[in-house]
Amino acid sequence: MIELVNIRKSFNTGKPNEFVAIHGVSLSIDSEKATVFRGPSGSGKTTLLSMIGCLARPTSGRIRLNGQEITSLPERFLTEIRQKTFGFMFQQFNLIKGVTALENVMLPAYPSGEKHSSLKRRAMDLLDTFKISQKALSNVEWLSGGEAQRVAICRALINNPSVIIADEPTANLDTKLSREFMEIMGRLKGEGKMILIASHDPLVYELSLIDRIIDLRDGRIDGSGS
Amino acid sequence: MEKWIERQKHIIDFTVSSLLRRRGKNAALITVYAFVIFMLASVVFFVQAIKREASIILQDSPDLIIQRMSAGRHELIPVSYGDRIRSIRGISAVKSRLWGYYYDSVTGANYTLMVSQDPRVSAGRIVIGAGVARARIAFAGDTIEFRAYDGAIIDLEVKDTINSQSELVSSDLILVSGSDFRRLFRVPAGYATDLTAKVRNPKEQPMVALKVATLLPDTRQILKEEILRTYDAAFNWRGGMIIVILSGMLMAFIILAWDKASGLSSEERREIGILKAIGWETSDVLLLKFWEGMILSLSSLFSGILLAYAHVFFTSSFLFEPALKGWAVLYPRFKVAPFIDPFQLATLCFLAVVPYIVATIIPVWRTATVDPDSVMR
Amino acid sequence: MRKSSLFLLYLLVNALLFVLMFVHASHQQTASMPSLKEKAFLIERLGLTDLCIFTEASYTRHLSQADLHTPFQDAPMSLEHFPSGSLVSPSPIIRKIDGKVD
Repeated sequence: MIELVNIRKSFNTGKPNEFVAIHGVSLSIDSEKATVFRGPSGSGKTTLLSMIGCLARPTSGRIRLNGQEITSLPERFLTEIRQKTFGFMFQQFNLIKGVTALENVMLPAYPSGEKHSSLKRRAMDLLDTFKISQKALSNVEWLSGGEAQRVAICRALINNPSVIIADEPTANLDTKLSREFMEIMGRLKGEGKMILIASHDPLVYELSLIDRIIDLRDGRIDGSGS
Repeated sequence: MEKWIERQKHIIDFTVSSLLRRRGKNAALITVYAFVIFMLASVVFFVQAIKREASIILQDSPDLIIQRMSAGRHELIPVSYGDRIRSIRGISAVKSRLWGYYYDSVTGANYTLMVSQDPRVSAGRIVIGAGVARARIAFAGDTIEFRAYDGAIIDLEVKDTINSQSELVSSDLILVSGSDFRRLFRVPAGYATDLTAKVRNPKEQPMVALKVATLLPDTRQILKEEILRTYDAAFNWRGGMIIVILSGMLMAFIILAWDKASGLSSEERREIGILKAIGWETSDVLLLKFWEGMILSLSSLFSGILLAYAHVFFTSSFLFEPALKGWAVLYPRFKVAPFIDPFQLATLCFLAVVPYIVATIIPVWRTATVDPDSVMR
Repeated sequence: MRKSSLFLLYLLVNALLFVLMFVHASHQQTASMPSLKEKAFLIERLGLTDLCIFTEASYTRHLSQADLHTPFQDAPMSLEHFPSGSLVSPSPIIRKIDGKVD
């Protein structure tokens, strides 16, 4: 369960070119639900998601994760929480080029000092689940869009997070791949994970598996439809 | 502890993958860096080895040498001076030395001719150093022509060559008999090139030298300790060529570090953002850069030093030959015993690794501490 | 094989070679004793005073015997032979007498 209390995010605070991305957002999101953040570009979806996922700190306000306040935690603990709780999927996939798919999947877990053999096995199992284990040793730049997407999903899942955050995941995909992606999201939701997606793609938010749609406009919530 | 080791290993895994992405560039970097270290280490090894040998073998050079000076020129010394020197208390033996330089117009080489009591040397028969043998392609049984002071040609037969083990001191020597020497150079009887004296108590050497100076004001004295000091100070850092080599190396060093320290490319920045977004901490990113610097500098260091050792002690510093030979025709084959000064080697290792790593990490510091949401934009 | 294991192996091999280098050096020092003795013997018997490295000029050949005038005796205009003059400075013997010689 994630709670946001009066979250505000501004850039270049105090300077003449101050830009406020989020103007006081408050909401609570239930676990095991799929939520879509909808809105035009510039509405603050990405900024909001990055704060929820502990990638950035709000300028003011509080964020609570299962009752624990995380906004004032030092970086070290924030990173630990981020590692354990959140799995990210980026619009551009953001896989590390020049490196194999397998290594990309294992990367998030490298700093934990987990034994190499068990980590490798887990990564291979994930790649197997998403049916790209045969490309495990290929460099990611040689993968097709759909294959890269699945590698990105595996990477997001390697630390067994309870929340999946996806930022415009279908923006660079065709219909077939978009549908495949949402199928996978459905599966993960069935496994008990919280799904947070930022998207303005109807293929995403019109699905029945989406429990709630939050509309954002100019950094504010625009009503909260379902 | 195990976790810490595994963490390092994982990060090294990724560092190697990362370096392999730009195989060519990194290989070139390592090669250049290794070359810089190779040159520096070669110089260090070579100079240290020669200095050490000099300090050992020159212990057996004469205690005191007396030269006669006239109008600023080194002149022949009357052998009778020796009798007067012998009377000084503290001096146990005085010998006269007959030696000089012979310019061989055939080869353009300079030889040092010395009169010697060596049994192989007699009238008409000489013993030559290995360098002379090479320059003239002469061996035992061959004859070498010499031009005397009056233009006459004197044939001298090579009886033997000096053992090439001692080339460092004997390469250009030609040992002749006294009569042949005087015939060649018009040195009258009763005169010698200079005198050598044995001083009983080594601590008294300077004092004895002073006595000689007072007794024979037209002479110059050279002490054994001064000979040793000459070679201790030879090849010192202030020598012109050495400064040039060192400056060149320093420049190369700085250029390499500059490439790293001049900030990160946008691609590198983006990658660090990705790593942080997927869960890497600032310390992990810094470790990554640390190992990157370590891998590159250690590889260069090891190959540079090992190759330098092979270069100096297995191939007799063949790369230095043009510099050391200069305009000389004769050049000794350096077979010096390896000597490694651990302090200098440790300094070299430190200088090769630490600044490079520092230069690698510092530009990353700022980027690594930035919020990882940069990658979301 | 894991990349880090490969690197550690590489480090180990190099460290070993390093050790070998030191071992070789100390072994050679003992092995070169006869050669050293040969040189020392010659030096003692002939009364030699210098190493034979630079044979272009008298004051480069006999570093310890030359004085400040010797270079001028070789050639009034040339105080310096290249590159030996750049590699070795004048002996401290003559430098001490005259103070600065640069």
